[in-house]
Amino acid sequence: MPDTPNPILELRGVSKQFELQGQRVEALRDAHLRVHKGEFVCLIGASGCGKSTLLRIVAGFESPTVGEALMWGMPIAGPGPERGMVFQDYGLFPWLTVRGNIAFGPQSRGRPAAEVKDTVERFISLVGLQRFADAYPHQLSGGMKQRVAIARVLANDAEVVLMDEPFGALDAMTRERLQDELLEIWQRTGLTVLFVTHSIEEAIFLADRIVVMSPSPGRIESETAVLLPRPRDVVAADFNDMRGRLSQQLHSHHGRKAA
Amino acid sequence: MSLLLEAGRAAPAAAEPASKPRAGLLARLGNPLLAIIFPLGVLAIWHFFTYGQKYSLIPPPSEVAVALYDLTFGGIFDDAFSRTLHVHLLASLSRVYGGFAIAAAVAIPLGLLIGRVAVVRRVLDPTLQVLRPIPVTAWLPLAMIMFGLGPRSAFFLVCLGAFYPILVNTIFGVRSVDPRLFEAASMLGCQDTAQFYRVVLPASLPAIFTGLRLGLGFAWVVIVVGEMTGVQTGLGAIIMEARQLSRTEIVICGMIVIGIAGFISDRLVMLLGKRLLRWSPNFA
Ligand SMILES: Nc1ncnc2c1ncn2[C@@H]1O[C@H](COP(=O)(O)OP(=O)(O)OP(=O)(O)O)[C@@H](O)[C@H]1O
Ligand SMILES: [Mg+2]
Repeated sequence: MPDTPNPILELRGVSKQFELQGQRVEALRDAHLRVHKGEFVCLIGASGCGKSTLLRIVAGFESPTVGEALMWGMPIAGPGPERGMVFQDYGLFPWLTVRGNIAFGPQSRGRPAAEVKDTVERFISLVGLQRFADAYPHQLSGGMKQRVAIARVLANDAEVVLMDEPFGALDAMTRERLQDELLEIWQRTGLTVLFVTHSIEEAIFLADRIVVMSPSPGRIESETAVLLPRPRDVVAADFNDMRGRLSQQLHSHHGRKAA
Repeated sequence: MSLLLEAGRAAPAAAEPASKPRAGLLARLGNPLLAIIFPLGVLAIWHFFTYGQKYSLIPPPSEVAVALYDLTFGGIFDDAFSRTLHVHLLASLSRVYGGFAIAAAVAIPLGLLIGRVAVVRRVLDPTLQVLRPIPVTAWLPLAMIMFGLGPRSAFFLVCLGAFYPILVNTIFGVRSVDPRLFEAASMLGCQDTAQFYRVVLPASLPAIFTGLRLGLGFAWVVIVVGEMTGVQTGLGAIIMEARQLSRTEIVICGMIVIGIAGFISDRLVMLLGKRLLRWSPNFA
């Protein structure tokens, strides 16, 4: 990615330490990252290498111990609607229907009722949940819940969508379908996406750029631009080449420390 | 296209309630049948050991049934108990629900505050924890000094009995809201006080409801104790009075009525819970 000015997100030397039973855990060390508007960036790496920590710092749930996290050049002071998070465990409000969950953000921000209603209907059809608009989360399948979680963030005018292994708990078929839909929404709306995954294949399929991280201490190891044309073919030769290279990179530090 | 596919695949799950009655027909007929076997057995044994016994201290079921009829409608014995059930029942009902309502009105807001505001928790929680193990009955003498002999003491005890289950469950409900939901709310633009109304309150509603249900059950337990001293009306009073007159069949009538009234009031609360908490898999 060319280093054009004004990244939408920027991490400058971000480190994060946690105190865990008297011990100091270095979850993230000296991370530098620039993400440009409209980019789709995947974070990949062994368990415990700080992917979630990085995402949570960008979301504003955690603040860096050292360094700065910036959005449009301004320090990130806390969570906000311009940075929507899609949790792996969905984080839907169980007492609200699909409609209510999607309306939650716009309502909280004091949008007029008529506008909220319009927005909700628009995003319900965007994620294809018209028939389940009045169902409660416990009545939905995992894939449907994940759609609600995505719609909820998009309906709230998020510029940046942060996704922490959003499809990790889904079966392969549902995952592939949601990947396709996510790409379609991303291309249509010009969102910026920061996406954590364990799957090399998922990363290559989705990303403009893949950030490889390694554990103990968690840090950014390398970045790889994915220049394959879209829609990408997972069985194409160059896709496979890339998978091989990334796999090697990942395993070179897997060997040192058990994941 | 793919959306339709998945929607179709997941449809049976959502449509499940519709197919339930058919599968549950046997269970629906079977459950009351099963539930009635045991009481019938008890009734039979009771009858067998008491009926026709000249000096039995416990009256046979048939005598209790007649007494219950007389207590409700009169026209058989025409004594002090005849046709007085509605008076006692109403008296007890008003104390149970009155005391319960006051307990709920204090315990829910207090529980929300203790659960949510650390300062309030630190000030009040230790005291409440020490007071909690004291059985409600131990308060009786003190209640009689503070409120005098009579219905006001009973009212106070009911209040106290219902208070703790509601308080404890409310605090528990507030404390156990999934932290993820706070994160979700704040990243959607809902912060601070708004979170209280839009997240804490709805999320702790099932626990609050459990507390209400337990509290009401307790209120029924306590009412009898409360009414046993110096109160003229109420189901506890009638039991006490009948005991002094050795009218054991009336004592048993009182017990049966309390059982039924408590059961019905619990069902009503459950029904309300099902309406209000349709979203919760534990209530729906
Ligand atoms: N709140 C916390 N308190 C203490 N330690 C934490 C906390 N959050 C994360 N850590 C530690 O920081 C390190 C990085 O955790 P993180 O969750 O970011 O890893 P991850 O890359 O997301 O792993 P995974 O792929 O398993 O989700 C881990 O060693 C973890 O134990
Ligand atoms: Mg993680």
